[in-house]
Amino acid sequence: MEEHRRTLTKLDSEIGDGDHGTNMHRGFQAALERLDGAEPSSPADALKAVSMALIGKVGGAAGPLYGTAFLRASTALQDKSGVSVEDAAEALEAALEGIKQRGKAEVGDKTMVDALAPAAEAAKEAAGSAEGGVAGVFRAAAAAAKEGAESTVPLSARRGRASYLGARAAGHEDPGARSTYLLLDAAARTLEGSS
Amino acid sequence: MVGLVLVSHSPQIAEGTAELVRQMAGEVEVAAVGGDAEGTFGTDTERIQGAIVGLGAEEVLVFMDLGSAVLSAETVLEMLSSERREQVRLVDAPFVEGAFAAGVVASAGADAEECVEAAMEARTESKLHGD
Repeated sequence: MEEHRRTLTKLDSEIGDGDHGTNMHRGFQAALERLDGAEPSSPADALKAVSMALIGKVGGAAGPLYGTAFLRASTALQDKSGVSVEDAAEALEAALEGIKQRGKAEVGDKTMVDALAPAAEAAKEAAGSAEGGVAGVFRAAAAAAKEGAESTVPLSARRGRASYLGARAAGHEDPGARSTYLLLDAAARTLEGSS
Repeated sequence: MVGLVLVSHSPQIAEGTAELVRQMAGEVEVAAVGGDAEGTFGTDTERIQGAIVGLGAEEVLVFMDLGSAVLSAETVLEMLSSERREQVRLVDAPFVEGAFAAGVVASAGADAEECVEAAMEARTESKLHGD
């Protein structure tokens, strides 16, 4: 988030209020601090800690949206001490459902859903193929999210502040879809580095 | 009595609307939650939650302005205990006019349902009668 703060803010300045980079950076800084302090005992605990930090600190619409996503992923992994490929795919699916419900958005509305929906789908497929482990699941999800985020460029926004701009939002990539890709890519890179 | 929580991106809008309501309905509890945790434009879930839990009122109506105010309020609702959640309603009405109408009716002793109805009327009421 630190690295891509400017890009996100620039995308958001084009079709929103220009604070997505700053907000995401602040939220994930808070999440890191919370994780450092809390030493979570399970994947579900860690996801919940991130969720609470994002809900409390992000400020814009992204806070409740990503907060809900991490919270639902945490619930999906309740009582698990490790994360299998199937668990990872299910957690992403739960996160997607959370964001769709909270934001009342569907694919094609020019939102995070345009990145996360294909990502969850790709994760499920990768989990079924039994190659590459959890890192492989996230790598497949990130690749699909990247494509999904790029697919938002020609769209007019139907949710969020950019929806007030109507057709004028077309021609710009949705900042939320981009940050969704960045999160999945960061998860994939971290898992690849640790395996 | 019904209490109101006013959630706006702007501290001034939240405070100003609360003052307006209090002037007409002084005995109604009104909490203003404006701006984000940094004091700039945005919404702050922690303070929204604090305001809802902090009100002495048995029933709470929450009014919201733009986009993320609604998302934040909905997220807070999901985090509340189920007993408290049943006493809280998000109102899909215009911010200033809706809160004002609900406050006035609440001060006359109306219950939450009646306050919501009054607020919802503010949605369709024409300001320029005859147009």
